[in-house]
Amino acid sequence: MTEWMGTISMKRIRKLGYLFKEGVHNMFSHGFMSFAAIAVTVACLVIIGCFSAILYNLSRMVNTLERENRVIAYIDESYDSQTAKTVETAIRRLDNIQEAKFVSREEAGARFIEQQGGGEAYEGIDANTFLDRVVITLEDNAKMDETVQVISQVQGVDHVNARTELAKGFTTIQRVLNIASAAIILVLLIVSLFMISNTIKLAMYDRRDEIGIMKMIGATNRFIRFPYFVEGFLIGVISCALAFFITWGIYDLIAAQIQRVDALQLFDIVPFLNLLLPMVATFGVAGLFVGVFGSVMSIRKFMDV
Amino acid sequence: MIDFQNVTMVYDAGNRALDSISLHIDDGEFVFLVGPSGSGKSTIIRLLTAELVPTSGSINVNGYQLEKIKNRSIPYLRRTVGVIFQDFRLIENKTVFENVAFSMRVIGASSKQIKKRVPYVLDLVGLENRGRRYPNELSGGEQQRVAIARALVNNPSMIIADEPTGNLDPVRSYEIMMLLERINALGTTVMVVTHERELVNRFTKRVIAIDEGRVINDGMDGYYINEEN
Repeated sequence: MTEWMGTISMKRIRKLGYLFKEGVHNMFSHGFMSFAAIAVTVACLVIIGCFSAILYNLSRMVNTLERENRVIAYIDESYDSQTAKTVETAIRRLDNIQEAKFVSREEAGARFIEQQGGGEAYEGIDANTFLDRVVITLEDNAKMDETVQVISQVQGVDHVNARTELAKGFTTIQRVLNIASAAIILVLLIVSLFMISNTIKLAMYDRRDEIGIMKMIGATNRFIRFPYFVEGFLIGVISCALAFFITWGIYDLIAAQIQRVDALQLFDIVPFLNLLLPMVATFGVAGLFVGVFGSVMSIRKFMDV
Repeated sequence: MIDFQNVTMVYDAGNRALDSISLHIDDGEFVFLVGPSGSGKSTIIRLLTAELVPTSGSINVNGYQLEKIKNRSIPYLRRTVGVIFQDFRLIENKTVFENVAFSMRVIGASSKQIKKRVPYVLDLVGLENRGRRYPNELSGGEQQRVAIARALVNNPSMIIADEPTGNLDPVRSYEIMMLLERINALGTTVMVVTHERELVNRFTKRVIAIDEGRVINDGMDGYYINEEN
């Protein structure tokens, strides 16, 4: 029994080895077709990669700007510094608060003078002109309206200053970026999928007589399919590797150009190395998905020969 | 073994190709299946290889009940039946050796088994020196021998030859028939589907004649019966 099972599994391994070799051989023998499929997939993946990188950077910039959009809760001027600080603790306990920092009227005054560039004109300004305040960073700026309402209710808060319109603007930009990126990535993935599928379909059409012979001599569907599956897999792997390095090159080139122009210094471009893992994962998954699914999709239609 | 019991085949278009045919071929027999074009010969071959499912009746081939065979069992049925066609159906970009070896690859044979068995079969069909040639470098008769070698290499219990001499001159046709007779003598059932009367009449074998989807003669007299006889 064990010997029999050993024979069966050896047979399987042998068959798999042969079929894998056939798949590799097919890829080379379909020369131009394989080249076309790889070229199209690489092009789509590079566009996906560059687009994702741009979106990532934009999204990061929007996030940074969004964080700058803080809510300021001014404290009742009748509160002394000690009592005013308790308001900070009360605000910190509320929902959607990422950070709440008490700024005394003296610190606020000093900061104001510093922002104005100092100078004699500001000497002698009384700190009491300013109010004690709590500078708040929210977890989610989309909920700014509701949070500001709650903060206003906190005892000791005189009034709240929040740029809710700006927050809404950022939220909208983020949403548009997310939807646009998802839509474009999906479209490009589908295009690649159809291109690979079509290439393999053409290859199978070209070899329909051979497939007929294989079926006639007793080849199982799995035996016929596997080399095409391997071919799709290899096209996917090669495409995603090429696309990855091309995207890397393009990204570094663009980042270097941006760094060189003074007017664009406000764009803080993330180094590609920081994107390495997500990029490898995205290209790997997309390349394999497109390659394997593209071939499986086309083989299905041809197996009823 | 082939056993047809009241087999009727009606195509989707309504064309009745076989009309309640019954026939039985035992293991080790050599049978000619003859009849004019459109008589139903090709339908019988397509039924025997499970390309078609009969409209009614039952078919047993080498123990497989074809009217209810599952898709996953069809490849295994086909491994017991070697089929040879008029147009040879060889893979053009594979050598003679590779074409024959391919049949063994399909069933998972090892390289060692292939290296041992393929030369033996090529020798059997008289192509021992042609292993490295490509099909387009061979004559029609030689290509048909490659097809026979491919059909034989997995040691099937039955060979079905569909007009095997249709593309060959009389001398090559006779040689191919002699080869099939030799294969039959080694114990393999052989069914030759043909409409070449002279060729059939040169061999004293069982002849099943069909016309318009019915068996019109089944005899051991070795004569091709048709409307001219």
